[in-house]
Amino acid sequence: MNNRAVLFLLPVIVIMSLSAFIPLITVVNYSLHYIFSGSMPQYVGLANYVEVLRDPEFHDALTRQLVFSTMVLAVEIPLGIMIALALPRKGIWASISLVLLGIPLLIPYNVVGIVWRLFTQSDIGVIPKILGFFGYAYNVALDPIDAPLTIFILDVWHWTPLVVLLCYAGLQSIPDAYYQAAQIDGASTWKTFRYVTLPKLRSVLILGVLLRFMDSFKIYSEPLLLTGGGPGSSTTFFSLFVSRKAESYELGYAGSVSMIYLFIVIVFSFVFFQIMTNIGKGGQTK
Amino acid sequence: MASIELRNLSHSYDVIMGKGEKASFSINNLNVRWEDGKAVALLGPSGCGKTTLLNAISGLLKPKAGQVMFNDRDVTMLSTKQRHIAQVFQFPVVYDSMDVFGNLAFPLLNDGLKKNDIRGRIEEVAEILELQDLLKVSAGRLTPADKQKVSLGRGIIRPDTAAVLLDEPLTVIDPKLQWTLRRKLKQVQRRFRITMVYVTHDQHEALTFADVVTVMSKDGKIAQTGTPEELHENPDTPFVGYFIGSPGMNILDCSLTAEGLDFDGFVMPVSDELRSRVSGPGDGLQLGIRPEFVCSRLEPENGGVPFTALIIEDTGAYKVLTLTRHDIRIKTRISQTEPVSENDTVWVSFPERHVKIFRDGSRIY
Repeated sequence: MNNRAVLFLLPVIVIMSLSAFIPLITVVNYSLHYIFSGSMPQYVGLANYVEVLRDPEFHDALTRQLVFSTMVLAVEIPLGIMIALALPRKGIWASISLVLLGIPLLIPYNVVGIVWRLFTQSDIGVIPKILGFFGYAYNVALDPIDAPLTIFILDVWHWTPLVVLLCYAGLQSIPDAYYQAAQIDGASTWKTFRYVTLPKLRSVLILGVLLRFMDSFKIYSEPLLLTGGGPGSSTTFFSLFVSRKAESYELGYAGSVSMIYLFIVIVFSFVFFQIMTNIGKGGQTK
Repeated sequence: MASIELRNLSHSYDVIMGKGEKASFSINNLNVRWEDGKAVALLGPSGCGKTTLLNAISGLLKPKAGQVMFNDRDVTMLSTKQRHIAQVFQFPVVYDSMDVFGNLAFPLLNDGLKKNDIRGRIEEVAEILELQDLLKVSAGRLTPADKQKVSLGRGIIRPDTAAVLLDEPLTVIDPKLQWTLRRKLKQVQRRFRITMVYVTHDQHEALTFADVVTVMSKDGKIAQTGTPEELHENPDTPFVGYFIGSPGMNILDCSLTAEGLDFDGFVMPVSDELRSRVSGPGDGLQLGIRPEFVCSRLEPENGGVPFTALIIEDTGAYKVLTLTRHDIRIKTRISQTEPVSENDTVWVSFPERHVKIFRDGSRIY
């Protein structure tokens, strides 16, 4: 009998059940019932899902979220790589720049939200003052473009350093011989980057893209503190949308959205992982 | 293809090894010429500057002084690309995201050639290296030995490659495949008449591969350049004598007296010819003799000097004895069948025709 291994897995199974599995089942259960406030739940099958998928508010929130996450990836990943390439490799300046870059990562989400709220507040904030000086009437509380753009810039400021640190670690682990070989083969700077640096960064980039995608999809505290989801619904990203629904006691509806939310995150993450793992592998030049 | 000549080449640099520790690497005033189309081995102990020298030849580093000449043309200031040089590194370097074809095509495409014009050349090189079945396989999936072949292939793919430099290319290869790959290298070298410079600290590798061997000493200087036979038979310095051969040459301090060569109390009679060549001003005489030429017997012998057997190493084909007498230690090779055990007395003599004499570090006989 070699089934004693199960014993060692038991703690994980117990903890996972309590922290993930049981709540998940509860949410599945909610999503299949019509519940309003404290009234008796009524089994409605997939009716909640149908309602969610037909709801224009859901479509808006999903589109907004996809645009936001796409922009986050499109800006933070290339920017992170570029900054990592530009950082000094060794010496005192390497340490100093890493510490400076690490600072945003150390600040808790809600503190970031508060700090940026003070930055951007139209009466006392420094950002409206500066932009006003250049003739731009910035107002995060009223302008439906300024608000999401501010949250996007906040996210870039907060999380690009994570991509930088990942890439920096990845770059440090590339042996010099690869660059020397590229030099001997007469490769241009671009080709060296394309065929040496980028493939060698593959695994850290997979990690970076997945982390940034999942995290940006879950963005919650920042819009909550900075704009409260407004003006209108211009910064009501997915998490905020779900919690709003739950707060208004539409538990069945919120449950269905949560399940769809989970499904979307898993599907996208899987697709990203597959694409990035297989890209450029196997015969491509022929 | 080109001849390579180094003139008064010097370079040095420090590598910081952590808390205040530094390791210095240097090459000092090197002068050597390697003819076009030769297989050259650059042999020396670890840390003697072999890789530094190689990087100076390929242009990966600019030497602090001296010149690098290809076919008598000064290329010291030219970039790596302009030198048309190829280098194969200790660890196989391939472009993982390309297939083998793409890897072999890479240097040619970088030179501005079109993909359709180079297909023939790539197939030719792939065939020589026995890579023709792997052309469409991703380079990242190859075994280390095949990766190293691809790496070599990129080196020889340019028809106008001046020379191929190899920096201990077999280190990470499976021992069984090392032999095959080394033979393949030699075959490629012969077929294309490429000047190849092969860096190694393994003398067996160097001596089997090369037409010419250059030995570097620990202080970053060239100790001797010659054919494997020359290095073995007539080492210029005690270092070369000791470094080449397994086990290396026995080097013993001695002095010339009226009776002959005196080693710490026992005297070896010498011929008049040797005496006339060796006598002269200066001290620091050293005698060198290879272990296989040391005459050793288990019975007392006329002219033999008694030594005590300290260590016996049985290689299977023969035994290597380490013998001692006072402070002197020598190694000798005897037949497998001789019944010798530790602490036995062994009588030793040095046949004069196999004796080399060095004064102040250079051979005089």
